[in-house]
Amino acid sequence: MIDWAWIASHLDELAYRTAQHLYLTAIALAIGFVISFALALLSVRRRVAYGPVVAVSDVIFTIPSLALFAALISVTGITLVTAEVPLVLYTLLIFIRNIVAGFDSVPAEVLEAAAGMGFGGSQRLWRVELPLAVPLLIAGLRLASVSTIGLVTITATIGINFGGLGFFILEGYQRGFPTEILAGAVLSICLAIGADILFVGVQRRATPWARARARGSAA
Amino acid sequence: MSLIEATIAWFTNPANWEGPDGIPARMVEQIAISGLSLLIAALIALPIGLYVGHTRRGTTLAVNLANIGRALPSLAVIGIVLPITAAIDPELGFKLYPLVIAMVVLAVPPILVNTYTGIAGVEPELVEAARGLGLREGQILRRVEIPLGLPVILAGLRTGAVQIVATATLGAIFGLGGLGRFLVDGVAQQDVGQTMGGVILVAGLALAVDGLFALLQRVTTSPGIRAQGPVGGATPAAASAPGVVSPGNAA
Repeated sequence: MIDWAWIASHLDELAYRTAQHLYLTAIALAIGFVISFALALLSVRRRVAYGPVVAVSDVIFTIPSLALFAALISVTGITLVTAEVPLVLYTLLIFIRNIVAGFDSVPAEVLEAAAGMGFGGSQRLWRVELPLAVPLLIAGLRLASVSTIGLVTITATIGINFGGLGFFILEGYQRGFPTEILAGAVLSICLAIGADILFVGVQRRATPWARARARGSAA
Repeated sequence: MSLIEATIAWFTNPANWEGPDGIPARMVEQIAISGLSLLIAALIALPIGLYVGHTRRGTTLAVNLANIGRALPSLAVIGIVLPITAAIDPELGFKLYPLVIAMVVLAVPPILVNTYTGIAGVEPELVEAARGLGLREGQILRRVEIPLGLPVILAGLRTGAVQIVATATLGAIFGLGGLGRFLVDGVAQQDVGQTMGGVILVAGLALAVDGLFALLQRVTTSPGIRAQGPVGGATPAAASAPGVVSPGNAA
């Protein structure tokens, strides 16, 4: 069922689309994180903002991606903006929830101790709250990266210059060529699962105390 | 003609409301295939989630499988299944099964994980008390654990249902019916009115399904639990994931 000769002769193209997949994902994650961080900080400092911020990002998150891409084609045409705007919007709910949960996870005693040591607002934020929020930030990054890698495949519907590995799924279908469909599908699944495993590793590295604590409580 | 005028013109054209490719017919297709997939996914995920949650057997396996399932890109799942089913049944294989299978694969993880979490999250003292009262294991599950875990279980069904409705639109890329047709055909024909009409219908259906399950969560949560704060309402979609997928909980 698989035409290995096709794969061997298309390694360049497979590599190019994999790279495209990764940079489309990276752009969305970077922009999405910056926007979310600002909105999450606002929500932590002014609690009244949290409800509306989450409600709006929740509504966006619920809208099927194909609809958002199609809507943007009508407005911004076949451009990178059309691909990236929905990708960024879909990361907001995941990032905001996790960043806020990260800040909330900092114990009140720690904040008081920081204040007692003379840490001001921004100093306390960067040197106390942020490091302690890292585990949930990485959990958010993990979920957002996996979800974005999946959504990038659907950008193939915008045009042949997009889609990353999803391009092969669509082109393979149009040509009735199973090898190409499978190549795109299997590689994009590998990317998603690879990103998931990568961030589990990062999480473990970044929070050595969590492992120590788990071992302590198990003993 | 502006975007809004074109959209209004498309919605008010009576021809778009009739026949097998009209709005009502496409809506029925979308709801039928989504409902069927949700039913199959629930029939698979609920019993496993209840069993794992009650007995705590196979927890790690179930949570890890669910995590892998959650990572699968929907288009890729359709892409994997499509050549296989096409080889088995050239007639229907290119159409319905890949989509239904993809939707089931994507909806099982959130339903399974939330069912497990809902049941396992019931306070052990309550289960012990029920056992002390002489309730059998099945009775404990039915009369104590399920009612208490219901908000979380419904949150999982809600996530699964929304995901299924979204994935169903992808069927149009592969020549299937449903509301996604308006998106794919609208873009292909550069028909802005049809495209935006499709966008409104698809987004509207997804939000309606989400709202319906939110309402169901509210109605089925006993007033006592509701008073304690947002148990189920606060855990749709991604929200249930961070806590659930963190290694601390999975172990």
